[in-house]
Amino acid sequence: MAEIKQPGEGVQIDLISAKRMNGLASMEKIRMILDGVRDGNIVVLEEGLTPDEESKLIEVTMTEISPDEFNGIEIETYPRSEAADQSFLDRLMGRESTKKLTVIGPANQIETLHKDETLISALVSRK
Amino acid sequence: MPRLARAREDRMGLLTELKDSISRAASTLFSEQDPKRIGIYGPPNAGKTTLANRIARDWTGDAVGPESPIPHETRRARRKENVEIERDGKSVQIDIVDTPGVTTKVDYTEFLDHDMEKDDAVRRSREATEGVAEAMHWLREDVDGVIYVLDSTKDPFTQVNTMLIGIIESQDLPVLIFANKIDLEDSNVQRIRNAFPQHETVPLSALEGDNMDEVYDKIAEYFG
Ligand SMILES: Nc1nc2c(ncn2[C@@H]2O[C@H](COP(=O)(O)OP(=O)(O)OP(=O)(O)O)[C@@H](O)[C@H]2O)c(=O)[nH]1
Ligand SMILES: [Mg+2]
Repeated sequence: MAEIKQPGEGVQIDLISAKRMNGLASMEKIRMILDGVRDGNIVVLEEGLTPDEESKLIEVTMTEISPDEFNGIEIETYPRSEAADQSFLDRLMGRESTKKLTVIGPANQIETLHKDETLISALVSRK
Repeated sequence: MPRLARAREDRMGLLTELKDSISRAASTLFSEQDPKRIGIYGPPNAGKTTLANRIARDWTGDAVGPESPIPHETRRARRKENVEIERDGKSVQIDIVDTPGVTTKVDYTEFLDHDMEKDDAVRRSREATEGVAEAMHWLREDVDGVIYVLDSTKDPFTQVNTMLIGIIESQDLPVLIFANKIDLEDSNVQRIRNAFPQHETVPLSALEGDNMDEVYDKIAEYFG
């Protein structure tokens, strides 16, 4: 990500297109997300991660948590339950949809105020 | 380590491995199939260890690990092997794996509220993060089925629950959802059923032992 932020000035939001993510391997995606979040940015993915990538994201996040420095991430996606929304045929054919908007931020700076199927409302504070 | 000692240890390692594989082969000979490895997953403090201990005590006589009101009590996956559950004259063998509560964040300062010194709180949080990473790894590689434990007094619509259930589904693992703590007044099992309608939800109190008959019936049905 381009570093355009002056420290303490505000909160940087990175909107990452599906196109950009599609060209990356799983670990590259996770690295890009965590690098952004650890810089204090809010990362918004146009298209979410696969379950396997989410599992790795949790795992890598855990290995990077360090007292007084990084507390981990807050992550929200919608639609809430992708699997339940998928048609039977989609699941049968293995057409796993990952089309879900995903918002990821540093746990100590982002707080989810409200969430339902159509709206995520979050409070973001400066570092 | 001096080379000789290491060679000896390697040899001993080989021996124990050999012994292990012989006893594994023997147990396959004697039982119809290898025990399925059932992971007990869920958010911190849901009652996973209390459940694992109750299952282990009911069928083997001893416990799995300590339970505690402070989150992240379990910080290493713990396994209890060859738990034989008898149902309708049949018996099913499972290995139960109690795992650390899954989360996307750990803040050591929260432990300070539980009357802990900073050193202990930092250590607890470090162990917790290692444990969660390990539990995620196990989930991708080493379990044959999942019991997902939720505290039925809490809102089940959390991101961690949604992600974890999605991860479990994507691996096509058989899963049972346990709505724990039904002995508490605020318990709401229906809310859990609504959150995960695609899965079977079993209400129970692991602490009081309520509804354990149905719990064992379902375990035998899903993982036998
Ligand atoms: N009232 C009630 N309390 C319960 C029940 N099951 C567990 N608890 C309590 O909930 C707290 C947490 O229980 P644990 O079994 O340690 O929870 P856990 O899911 O293993 O927690 P971590 O290992 O920290 O992830 C303890 O104080 C238990 O006594 C239950 O069925 N009813
Ligand atoms: Mg535990």
